[in-house]
Amino acid sequence: MAVPVESTLSSTASDAVAAAEMPRSVRRGGSIAMVSGILFVAIAIAIPLLFKNFVVFQFTQMLVYAIAILGLNLLTGFNGQFSLGHSAFYALGAYTAAILMDQYSVSYIWTLPAAGIVCFVAGFLFGLPALRLEGIYLALATFALAIATPQILKLSPLEHWTGGVQGIVIIKPDPPPGVPLNQDQWLYYFTLAVALLLYILARNLVKSRSGRALMAIRDNPIAARSMGVNLALYKSLAFGTSALYTGIAGALGAIIVQFVAPDSFTIVLSIAFLVGLVVGGVGWLPGAIFGGAFVLFVPNIAEGVSKGLSGAVYGIILILLIYLMPTGAAGFVRAVLSRVSRVRS
Amino acid sequence: MLSYKVSRRGIAAGILVAAALAASGAAAQKNYGPGVTDTEIKIGNIMPYSGPASAYAVIGQTEEAYFKMINDRGGINGRRINFVSYDDGYSPPKAVEQARKLVESDEVLFIFNPLGTPSNSATMKYMNSKKVPQLFVATGATKFSEDPKTNPWTMGWQPSYQSEGNVYAKYILTNHPNAKIGVLYQNDDYGKDVYKGLKDGLGDKAKSMIVAEATYEVTEPTIDSQILKLKASGADLFMDITTPKFAAQAIKKVAEIGWKPLHILNNVSISTGSVLKPAGLENAKEILSAGYLKDATDPKTKDDPTLKDYFAFLDKYLPDIDRANGNLIYGYGVSQTMEQVLKQCGDNLTRENIMKQAANLKNFVSPVFLPGVKANTGPNDYFVHEQLQMMKFDGQSWQFFGPIISAEAKS
Repeated sequence: MAVPVESTLSSTASDAVAAAEMPRSVRRGGSIAMVSGILFVAIAIAIPLLFKNFVVFQFTQMLVYAIAILGLNLLTGFNGQFSLGHSAFYALGAYTAAILMDQYSVSYIWTLPAAGIVCFVAGFLFGLPALRLEGIYLALATFALAIATPQILKLSPLEHWTGGVQGIVIIKPDPPPGVPLNQDQWLYYFTLAVALLLYILARNLVKSRSGRALMAIRDNPIAARSMGVNLALYKSLAFGTSALYTGIAGALGAIIVQFVAPDSFTIVLSIAFLVGLVVGGVGWLPGAIFGGAFVLFVPNIAEGVSKGLSGAVYGIILILLIYLMPTGAAGFVRAVLSRVSRVRS
Repeated sequence: MLSYKVSRRGIAAGILVAAALAASGAAAQKNYGPGVTDTEIKIGNIMPYSGPASAYAVIGQTEEAYFKMINDRGGINGRRINFVSYDDGYSPPKAVEQARKLVESDEVLFIFNPLGTPSNSATMKYMNSKKVPQLFVATGATKFSEDPKTNPWTMGWQPSYQSEGNVYAKYILTNHPNAKIGVLYQNDDYGKDVYKGLKDGLGDKAKSMIVAEATYEVTEPTIDSQILKLKASGADLFMDITTPKFAAQAIKKVAEIGWKPLHILNNVSISTGSVLKPAGLENAKEILSAGYLKDATDPKTKDDPTLKDYFAFLDKYLPDIDRANGNLIYGYGVSQTMEQVLKQCGDNLTRENIMKQAANLKNFVSPVFLPGVKANTGPNDYFVHEQLQMMKFDGQSWQFFGPIISAEAKS
């Protein structure tokens, strides 16, 4: 698991060197990023106008997974901490939203900040003991969290709120009055707006002082500490922020699926996030959208090829992808860009 | 060669045009919903082909094979069945995605026998708001059939957990009216469902007859203390509402402590291989339960003339499948019921008529039902199976005995 991180690290490092030497190409790289960003938003806005409701619903789910992967990327890609427990934060966010809507008739919009805050606190607190654990040991500790979550959700003392194994059915929100969209289209735009907001915040975080501190901890904790970075605080904050993102994704997921149940949040979900993270590119924020697409669509493709062997087909696709793009979509995009700029110059 | 190809294509096109003309002419008398043409009915299905419940996937395989058999025979009223089955991995969000795919993208006429309580709970609201039949769901949870007014598009098939509990109550009242009952049940909707059926069936006598009750969580490692508590209460009839792992523990513990109650075990845990053998076949002797389908895994049924078609079907369409799987006969029975509903629909294949005919089964019998078990439904009665027969484990296999017992009709 450490391999992709290291290779991305070295490539970001070499990029940084290259950028320092050639300011013009940086400007060009920046403009390419700007153009592709605008292109992405334009395509994203057009999707509900071009596709059937079911496909719009699928794209909404893809965005939700992308937000969760974005959160995981902040933790793993930029702070170097592993987590197999993000299904737990996703579940916590989903249940927060579902319980608020079901029992307290809170509007779905307000469940998102609530889920974010709850998950931030939970992630921060979980991050404190996890400070003593590094690498694969942290992965194991978070793995335990993922395993325990569905069982805890089934506990009878909590059943009054969680609905036990039966879960909670929630009502699908209508678009605000006067908006000429159906429910699926509205939820898509809503999710897209949240995703874009969270993406911009993540990008700003990564570029800020705190972001540099997070990366410094990842690259060399001793050096980071000697430069005055509070390791414990920043690692816990990274965990909390990551959980916040995943929790908001969970809340959105609950709203669009209209249902939460313990069986929705098994370890398989955590692994799906991790796969999405690696496929998208560790340490590259736009990779989340590729990761989300992979998590949602590839199992369907695999099932289309062979129902009985869908798991095997999924595995083959994954192996091929990692073989062709060893650093995920991030490395692929980077390679294409460098070739383009070489051709130009 | 080329001209031959062209002419053949030309003929095919001609036939298509003719067929289309015929269809447009005939459509006036016929009534079709989405997914139906003169030659095809498109049916959706959702199964856990992967994930924790993939053992049930054999049901989907059996159904696919069954509809293939129907198609080989020329279909139903001349229409072949196009059975589109998707995997949800027993995950509720995936089930919602697959249900929406079936309804909005594949445009099936209805979804048949989707499996699992969580998955069906997740899709029930969607199916009813879209007015698409969610027919013969593969779960015993009572909630899917008990309220045709609120959920007119959802219907179960197998006896509900409450019906089963009800049948035990009737058996107890007739044969052991003075029993002191100790109940152990899993503390979730399934356990409470069976227990409610039992209590409702016992009626006024429930308070006096049930001397002790104990519950457990699925997360508990053992249920020893619950068994000891029930024994200490002086109960002489042990109503065992547990899932396989706990059922095996209970059977073992009851034998260990020398408690000799009349032991009634609910139907979900009657598997010889996964429950009774691990618990010790000797300990399991004399245990009672109830069933509604024949036990085709019992070697004695091999020569049963009424099951000849069933075995011929397995030989031809599922030659490599493990015959010891009890879900095969379930898949066969539920597919046969589906076939009956489609036959009743005739050429009126709308979603409304599918539900109307599903709620209009009159004394339907399949060779795989126990002799005397009949499927009956009505506009206010969505419980397809409500009749069970008691059975006893003789140390080797289950033996049916006594009359067919009907659960009280709830509507």
